Amino acid sequence: MTNHPKNTGDTLVRIEDLRVTATTDSGRKIEILKGINFDVRRGEVLALIGESGSGKTTIALSLLAYARSGCHFSGGRVLLDGVDLIALDEGSRQKLRGNKVSYVPQSAAASFNPSKKIMDQVVEVAEIHGILDKAAARTKAIGLFRALSLPSPETIGNRYPHQVSGGQLQRLAAAMALLGDPELVVFDEPTTALDVTTQIEVLKAFKSAILDRGMTGVYVSHDLAVVAQISDRIIVLKDGEVQEAGETEQIVGAPAHPYTQALIAAFEPVEAEAAGSRPASTAVLEMRDVIAGYGNVKSDGKPHIIAVDSVSLTLQRGHSLGVIGESGCGKSTLLRVAAGLLPAASGSCILDGNTLRPQVSARSKDELRKMQIVFQLADTALNPAQTVGNIIGRPLTFYHGMRGAEREKRVIELLDMVRMPAQFRHRLPRELSGGQRQRVNLARALAAKPDVLLCDEITSALDTVVAAKVLELLKELQRELHLSYLFVSHDIHTVQSLCDEVMVMFGGRKLETFAAADLHAEARHPYTKLLASSLPTLDPTWLDNLQQDPELVRKFAHA
Amino acid sequence: MNKRILEMIGGRLAVAILSLFLVSLAVFFITELLPGDTAQELLGQAVTTEAAAQLRETLGLDRPAILRYFEWVFGLLTGDLGYSHVSDRPVASLVAERLPNSLTLAAITMAITIPLALGLGIFAAIWKGSIFDRAISSVAIMLVSFPEFMIATLLVMWLSVYLQWLPALSFIPATADFRTIVLAFIMPVSVLVFGSCSQMIRLSRAAIADAMATPYVEMAMLKGASRSRMVLRHALPNSVAPIVNSVALSMSGLLGGVIIVETVFNYPGLAKLMVDGVTTRDMPLIQTCSMIFCGFYLVLITAADIIAILSNPRLR
Repeated sequence: MTNHPKNTGDTLVRIEDLRVTATTDSGRKIEILKGINFDVRRGEVLALIGESGSGKTTIALSLLAYARSGCHFSGGRVLLDGVDLIALDEGSRQKLRGNKVSYVPQSAAASFNPSKKIMDQVVEVAEIHGILDKAAARTKAIGLFRALSLPSPETIGNRYPHQVSGGQLQRLAAAMALLGDPELVVFDEPTTALDVTTQIEVLKAFKSAILDRGMTGVYVSHDLAVVAQISDRIIVLKDGEVQEAGETEQIVGAPAHPYTQALIAAFEPVEAEAAGSRPASTAVLEMRDVIAGYGNVKSDGKPHIIAVDSVSLTLQRGHSLGVIGESGCGKSTLLRVAAGLLPAASGSCILDGNTLRPQVSARSKDELRKMQIVFQLADTALNPAQTVGNIIGRPLTFYHGMRGAEREKRVIELLDMVRMPAQFRHRLPRELSGGQRQRVNLARALAAKPDVLLCDEITSALDTVVAAKVLELLKELQRELHLSYLFVSHDIHTVQSLCDEVMVMFGGRKLETFAAADLHAEARHPYTKLLASSLPTLDPTWLDNLQQDPELVRKFAHA
Repeated sequence: MNKRILEMIGGRLAVAILSLFLVSLAVFFITELLPGDTAQELLGQAVTTEAAAQLRETLGLDRPAILRYFEWVFGLLTGDLGYSHVSDRPVASLVAERLPNSLTLAAITMAITIPLALGLGIFAAIWKGSIFDRAISSVAIMLVSFPEFMIATLLVMWLSVYLQWLPALSFIPATADFRTIVLAFIMPVSVLVFGSCSQMIRLSRAAIADAMATPYVEMAMLKGASRSRMVLRHALPNSVAPIVNSVALSMSGLLGGVIIVETVFNYPGLAKLMVDGVTTRDMPLIQTCSMIFCGFYLVLITAADIIAILSNPRLR
């Protein structure tokens, strides 16, 4: 289907000059969709691609005749089978939702009601619209569970949402969307929250369900590579406007619009020019046989739940060590142990030849200064009530006793270091974009004049283009300031483009460490190979041609 | 799984019992600090020190406080609530006479408050932002800022003194007919309902409004659920814990209201008995009544905790 665009189907959806306006808390009106036009033909999958704020989810929800609170339809039409959804009253909209158009949410974990059994939620659509009686709905749901290759399809519905994995929940959400045999299914970033190895299982299940049913779908994503596997046509969005629309092969193969070209360029991994080729240096940070975890310490001196199990690593001065693994592998915990936020149960952490005390409160000011942490979510790590100047200035006062004009001058220097203009020091975090906030987060860590930066998934919440720029900045800073990075990420491309060495973790243990350039070497651990092969590429045939050892997948993927 | 629930419930019960023990310490020793004692109250102001000392010896009041505390606690545990020297009757018989009156008052109040407040709170959440919601919220805020004694006094002035529709006192003679009883209850019950309703409305509305903002309620809406289905089937089951806690809190607030209401309307309940006990320095009576009130409070809070534990699907 993907590679054989069908032009035969008639038009199911026509969006004409769609405008949605949001009213901010201060009463200001912002147009978030600025006149969108496109068609969806029956039997095709259309992808909406764009970065955060591009309006892709707003368009997706408009197909269900819904605008989130604070937003309203300010113009245009959304025609489904010739009926304008925007002109309908609430009662008619309810009849349509789940029945003619259904929705697969981004985070199924949050979108399932925690206090109801999965089956009751899946068949609720039939109950609301009176499509099927309870027994028939259940039988149909079990059939869908089977079609989406869920384990034990007969009984999985009797569980509560917290009793199944994230990948399973995402497929259960798809079953919920398909139960009412809708004419249109809207997928809203349905695999974004999943680990790469899990994503493949879910994508395969979605793709075969789409093919089997000849479904019409709108697939929203920020990830071009994912979209390339599943869609017939792609619409590229930015700031509430369509930039480019075309067949999948054309968009990923021969993008016409400069913005699409930038997206594709940001996607292609830049191999670290110096990776592996830099001369060995002295160790700045060493961790030896670290065991750490959560819960009470048992009689054998180990914590109740072990998150990091006997991990050792060496970070060389001026180098970057990437730590990769999937959710729950212990990579972030390892970082928290190094920072002293979670004291290790045993093992040692050596900075510049001095063994550090396990807990942050027992470390000296100079030890704290030398090693700074940068958190994943700058939105929550920055105090919303403080100006950027104060946020960066506080560590200057704390570590270096700077005040007044001297401090101000240094704040401006630091902002310049992260390529931000000096007047931004008067702004509050909420007045910055996501990428700018992450730069401030970085500048705050740099204010201490550290030797080592502990980076926890710092580009994961950013859009591809923005993340690429932040990575570029990290490389420049490393050259200028001779910094060493311990860089935790789930994204093998990010780690490969930034780091000299890569360490792979699974289930709290270190599997292997290797030079970044040797990622594709034959000697790699099977799990490393699985991770590398699970990352989608822009090639639309990638998913269909993907060969993975099922034994290996069973062992390592938590789908 | 079930073992964990039992463990948690056992833990809550243990905490409740420990609290009750600490409360008994506090009640006993704080009443000890009250100026004057039963002997002085019985003999009057003009009594000689010798006579007072002799009476204290007869009543056993001269023995160390700690000893009397343990005697008292042991008595409570074995069902002996002590002896009121002021009225020359066992405390148990005094309490037995008054407790049913207070329980009747509390039961009628709860039977009205809980459905009324939860209903109003839920409907305010369903029609969030409507005129109904805003009216309910403003009235609730107004009522919560009026102290109960003021509502009680205003009602008496208006309904009893000015309009002369209702009796100002709620004393019910044994021969009273049904109409008299109903009339006697209207004002005390209204005051208590006003006092306990408003918090419950506000808290249940807020709990449901929180749940309404979650992705799973949005998902239900995108499945075509109506607004009442979203509230009743999806938001409400997840708001049980905060709502039950708000009910327990409001009901325990009722205890304070009862003291005021029974005093203002001269209603022959347990709280009135206790207030009278304070004026006559009837220590055994005060102590027992305090323990009954605290016990009631702890039962409410513990029950709310246990329901909250049972409503958590992760523990099922």
